[in-house]
Amino acid sequence: MDARALLKDAGLAAFVAFALAFPMVGFQTIDVSGSHGITVVTRFGDVAIAVALVFIGRLALSLLQNRAMRLPILVLSAALAVGLPLLTTSYPVITWLSVIATAVIAVRAAWLVFDIADVVGRDEGNHLRDATAFIGRWFGPVLVVFAVLFPFLPMTSRYILDLGILVLTYVMLGWGLNVVVGLAGLLDLGYVAFYAVGAYSYAIIAQTFGWSFWVCLPLAGLFAAFFGVILGFPVLRLRGDYLAIVTLGFGEIIRIILLNWSSFSGGPNGISGVPRPSFLGFPFTANPPEGTRAFHQLFGLDFAPEHRIVFLYYLILALALVTNIFTLRIRKLPIGRAWEALREDEVACRALGINPTNTKLTAFAIGAMFAGFAGAFFATRQGFISPESFSFLESAVILAIVVLDGMGSQIGVVLAAVLLIGIPEFFRELAQFRMLAFGAAMVGIMIWRPRGLLAHRDPSIHLPKAVGGGA
Amino acid sequence: MTRSPLLAVEHLTMRFGGLVAVDDVSFTAYDREITAIIGPNGAGKTTVFNCLTGFYPTPVGRLRLTGGRGEFLLERMDGFRIAQKAGVARTFQNIRLFPRMTVLENLIVAQHNVLMRASGYTAAGLLGLRRYRVAEHEALELARSWLDRLGLTAQSDWEAGNLPYGSQRRLEIARAMCTKPVLLCLDEPAAGLNPRESAELRGLLTETRDQHGIGILLIEHDMSVVMGISDHIIVLDYGSMIADGTPSEVRSDPAVIRAYLGEEETEQLPPEVAGDLHQEGRI
Ligand SMILES: Nc1ncnc2c1ncn2[C@@H]1O[C@H](COP(=O)(O)OP(=O)(O)OP(=O)(O)O)[C@@H](O)[C@H]1O
Ligand SMILES: [Mg+2]
Repeated sequence: MDARALLKDAGLAAFVAFALAFPMVGFQTIDVSGSHGITVVTRFGDVAIAVALVFIGRLALSLLQNRAMRLPILVLSAALAVGLPLLTTSYPVITWLSVIATAVIAVRAAWLVFDIADVVGRDEGNHLRDATAFIGRWFGPVLVVFAVLFPFLPMTSRYILDLGILVLTYVMLGWGLNVVVGLAGLLDLGYVAFYAVGAYSYAIIAQTFGWSFWVCLPLAGLFAAFFGVILGFPVLRLRGDYLAIVTLGFGEIIRIILLNWSSFSGGPNGISGVPRPSFLGFPFTANPPEGTRAFHQLFGLDFAPEHRIVFLYYLILALALVTNIFTLRIRKLPIGRAWEALREDEVACRALGINPTNTKLTAFAIGAMFAGFAGAFFATRQGFISPESFSFLESAVILAIVVLDGMGSQIGVVLAAVLLIGIPEFFRELAQFRMLAFGAAMVGIMIWRPRGLLAHRDPSIHLPKAVGGGA
Repeated sequence: MTRSPLLAVEHLTMRFGGLVAVDDVSFTAYDREITAIIGPNGAGKTTVFNCLTGFYPTPVGRLRLTGGRGEFLLERMDGFRIAQKAGVARTFQNIRLFPRMTVLENLIVAQHNVLMRASGYTAAGLLGLRRYRVAEHEALELARSWLDRLGLTAQSDWEAGNLPYGSQRRLEIARAMCTKPVLLCLDEPAAGLNPRESAELRGLLTETRDQHGIGILLIEHDMSVVMGISDHIIVLDYGSMIADGTPSEVRSDPAVIRAYLGEEETEQLPPEVAGDLHQEGRI
């Protein structure tokens, strides 16, 4: 491209940025205390910075097409990414965005300079596939060890541990939904309904009968699975968009029933005082009732509220790992392969004598069961549940985790959950721009990795090596 | 050799709104024979297959299958049960493999029902019981024998969608055969194949018929395949059956020639014949 075309292209991008930034960044309304009404503060400096940023960024990306320019751009953008935080603008978002933008350009330049793209492009992406297979093989166990040690790492504060529990809950939900969406290819927008069913069944059963967590947990899973089948029946014939709409409706129906059936679910007030989990019957309380012993007394420790958090962390870690091992195993069994075959071509499945009804219903039931387990965990962890926790946004986030991961790989769900749940928590200071950043990240991933972060599928079965040898 | 009937189609009719796609068709397909169904585009061949394999809920007529697995009335069965219980397997005019699953997985999925039973409907499989491992091993050996036969053993871990077109066609046949059918229905298996591949296909089909002792129903436009290997040919035109006989009988049948060559030919027909045809209202 010649210089004029480049400038025109970058100018156009800058114009779009200007059109967006002028109203959104340019004016801020401030509620001045004392006076009635609001005053408007202008921030045209920040608008200028944003527009300049887009102009330079676009220009840099275009110039990357030119081999000679790659190294200078790499050096410059890396320097800017490091140096920019030292500059102060009136608005931290601008600084953050500039840093991220220059970092992206630096990575892209480095990618091209070191010819990574050429390696990836060769052999229909076999190298990339090997790389992701490698990540899958080694990264997984390392991650598990890290997760087990996590509560005892020096950097782990109570806040971080809570965040870990939250991320693991979504990892588990992602793995559960992956059975339905990733393996069976049934787009389910109402997954949170089963999460809610699990949470409410746990809360109600535990409160009514006073049974322990370990009795109520399977029951909650069972109830959710039952609802999975109930939802499954009417939607058996639907596919794609139609299925998505009906499941979306189902999720809302459950939420609205919970909201309105006050005598049963407590309505909008929810259910409070959900029994807390205990360690094999030893509660995590400072002063246990007469005649019983608490966890800290059992081990001769001083009472600390963190004990329960650590216990909850290991509980969700164990539940998540069970979900993972179960799905990994079932994928290699006939039912798992039938799910994938159904995702690929339902007509061909029927021609091979596979019962599509049963196959779909088991996928719904098993996916729902894991959501039920996660829901029971959620209820016992919070001690309080209300319909608000089970809005459509939850379904959307879980689905986003599954889609981001590339549908099928188990590690990808972990990365996506960290990305979608963990990182936004860290970026709380971005305030209202948090969701914007979230959206931008999603769009970015869809552009650069349209098949997901780790679009890799391990064959579920191989021919045994020796001809006619043992399996 | 005595011929034993495998599939008796009686008065099969299928309508789509006002269009009669298959109009009162009756024929018999025999065991250990290749029965070809030919006819111009839109004649209703694929529709006959779809009726046979339960893809349309309401065909009119009787479809009686008397194979090694017993007697079945196919028109009364659900789609998947026809493959599962009665043992009718099919391929599709536009290939329907599982493109993102591997070549081997395609052949293993075809053995779903056997493996499902062996895995105790998943429970025994989850526990890794011996019964299941033995069954899985057998399934792998069956798949391997087909891969060896098609020369695809080295590609067993490829995604099926990445195979060359000709191999995909053959893999679809192998996948259907892995369900151990008594009747194999092939919808234009030679479409898009080059002459060498189509000769290979002829070999594969006759071998399959002779070694596995099954009946084959074959829809095909490639006359070298049809005339070369069929034992018996049925010709459809605008939904009705216009001929039924051996390849040489069908080749010289005037109705067939007319259906294939079109109306211009009638001018060259002897005047008596052309007059008869006019009276029958065929033109
Ligand atoms: N599902 C359907 N709904 C409505 N009409 C249909 C349907 N399926 C087939 N038809 C019509 O029925 C007629 C027969 O179609 P069919 O696919 O059986 O032809 P065919 O003999 O297989 O032709 P080809 O050689 O082109 O594959 C055609 O006119 C077609 O348009
Ligand atoms: Mg056809």
